[in-house]
Amino acid sequence: MCLNAIGSPDEDDGSMMAGALHQNGPPVIAGTPYTTSPDRGADRTGLPSSTPSLLEIEALRTEFLTASGVLPAVDGVSLTLSSGETLAVVGESGSGKSVTALSILRLFNRGDRAHMHGAIRWRLADGSTIDLAQLAEPALRSIRGREIAVIFQDPGASLDPVFTVGAQIREALRRHRPGEDAERIAVELLRDVGIADPERRVAAYPHQLSGGMRQRVMIAIALACRPRLLIADEPTTALDVTIQAQIMRLLADLKRKYGMALLFITHDLGLVAEIADRVAVMYAGQVVESGPVDQLLKQALHPYTRALLECRPKRHYRDSGEDERVLLPIPGAPPRPGSIERGCRFAARCAYREARCTLDPVDLELAQAPGVQVRCLRWRELG
Amino acid sequence: MMDSMGLPTPHEPPPLLALRKVSRHFRLPREGWAAAPVLRALESVSLEIAAGEVLGLVGESGSGKSTLGRVALRLIEPTSGTIEFEGADITTRTGRGLRELRARMQMVFQDPYASLNPKRRVGDALDEVLKLHGLSAPANRSERVVKLLEQVGLSADDRSRWPREFSGGQRQRIAIARALAVRPRLLVADEPVSALDVSVQAGILALLRSLQSELNLAMLFISHDLGVVEVMADRVMVLYLGRVMEVAPTRALYTAPRHPYTAGLLAAVARAERGGRPSVVLREEIPSPADPPSGCVFRTRCPFVQERCAIETPRLEDLGGGHLRACLRKDLDFGSSLS
Repeated sequence: MCLNAIGSPDEDDGSMMAGALHQNGPPVIAGTPYTTSPDRGADRTGLPSSTPSLLEIEALRTEFLTASGVLPAVDGVSLTLSSGETLAVVGESGSGKSVTALSILRLFNRGDRAHMHGAIRWRLADGSTIDLAQLAEPALRSIRGREIAVIFQDPGASLDPVFTVGAQIREALRRHRPGEDAERIAVELLRDVGIADPERRVAAYPHQLSGGMRQRVMIAIALACRPRLLIADEPTTALDVTIQAQIMRLLADLKRKYGMALLFITHDLGLVAEIADRVAVMYAGQVVESGPVDQLLKQALHPYTRALLECRPKRHYRDSGEDERVLLPIPGAPPRPGSIERGCRFAARCAYREARCTLDPVDLELAQAPGVQVRCLRWRELG
Repeated sequence: MMDSMGLPTPHEPPPLLALRKVSRHFRLPREGWAAAPVLRALESVSLEIAAGEVLGLVGESGSGKSTLGRVALRLIEPTSGTIEFEGADITTRTGRGLRELRARMQMVFQDPYASLNPKRRVGDALDEVLKLHGLSAPANRSERVVKLLEQVGLSADDRSRWPREFSGGQRQRIAIARALAVRPRLLVADEPVSALDVSVQAGILALLRSLQSELNLAMLFISHDLGVVEVMADRVMVLYLGRVMEVAPTRALYTAPRHPYTAGLLAAVARAERGGRPSVVLREEIPSPADPPSGCVFRTRCPFVQERCAIETPRLEDLGGGHLRACLRKDLDFGSSLS
């Protein structure tokens, strides 16, 4: 089964990541009217599309019950993704970007007491739509891996050390594509993900492969079920820059070849230019700006997005020898979940803060440019 | 003046730190009947850092850059070669002599969550360093602790707080304060911002940069992030499989690299920032340092490889202007392809 993309392949009941939801906490309250969020229904991300969305996340709120109280990691996020499209979700640690992605398939750790509110509508191949947030665990298992696959940051932790990579790919194939020649397809998949000498490497154990090669194997396992959506959660963060370049190119090529949509989660705004069609920037559990990638990189509207683009260190060479070194940090640190203040969540670190910014929650608004949304009271003046 | 490797010595008087043909080999566990394999983490690396100079050290994982930083501080013993500090050979120094040395060379590590004692208040941790090295009279110590905290952008109130109360960036500031407590002349910073959020990184870099010029601190700045090194370093050294591929003043290295490996690294970054396809694409991955390729160790990934690259080992040659590189291809210049 494709769950070995996130855990040991021998644990076949799927309870490892989502069971906690049912064992430790009340069932997911999904589809309940979400009255406290001002965003409900209002903030579709991106351009209105003539083709129906493949995935529609609406007013998602994911909270974790912890010893120190309820931590809302995701707070009213709405995103849409069309077939074959790439949406990059960008944010720093604690922004909720990964929890948003993991909420789609309820891939939480055992013991995480997670509650989800909101809708996660998924369009099946026959055109009908189901709400993944309301789907019972056994039914969700047929979506995981088969329809939506996931790759993670650390490929070493995701592969089982006691099985060959071939066995782990075949496991996925047996579950989702029974009756096919698993041996042959496993070799083909390894070739597809750019592993040289796949006939030999299919018999290798994970420890015999480098980090970059293991990430390729993870991608092969994810592709085994021909998913219609691949969620890539910081897939290159643990890799060297040269290998990162190879994996980014591979993802872009495979996306075209397999006709998948891609949900690309990253902290690195520098990576989105080459892979994304649209970008959503998250901060403290909310989307603060979203839009087509070119527009967002060229003319960011939200002060946080701008600051993120500007905080990358730069050096301008001067012939005098006194080079200009540009280091523009964002003061302070991202808020910890649970310690979020009133009003705009970025206000405490924002260079453009006014008194009114800290009074009331700020809504996402449509900006002038098509498909752009921004959550800032001052975007008109600053744009 | 030229040393035995034919390297010009760019600094008079003697450099603050000099490594001369330093190698470090690790013996790996024997497999079967074969002789125990040897991992050559560093192979005959020479470098010099002048007082107040920042040398950037870049390379992929497995390049030996962290080993080099630790060898320079005598945290790891070199297998061969010598280490000089302030003109004196410190390769075999032990005991009190080594302890005295530690007061003049300090290190900042990557993970600020692992490098601070969680059970010690921040003020006490700094006070302990001052006490151990006997650098401040007991009466002046608390004043000095406050000064150190302020120097790194924290406040006197932070003395009584625990490490867990600080964010990653603030913890790294505390680690820097601790390193500076002994008034070192050399700081080895090993990936000091890699564990931090991007919005916080620039603040730590700006702090290191201003302390460096204020205190005339020399730095060996180790990072896999070429953008970060470009801002911090006066000169940059590129390592691959424990060998020096290229050394140059920062501007020359970033705008006109002369080694295909440097060009490939820079192209990989430029692609990420500007989109489009890189001009120099590196194939595959860094081979195992226990089984490096013959001849030029970089040849298995080099887009410009020729037959002789498998046979001859390139020497580090001087191109003038402090620019050195180890490549058999004399016709390669990547300045135009990157601009």
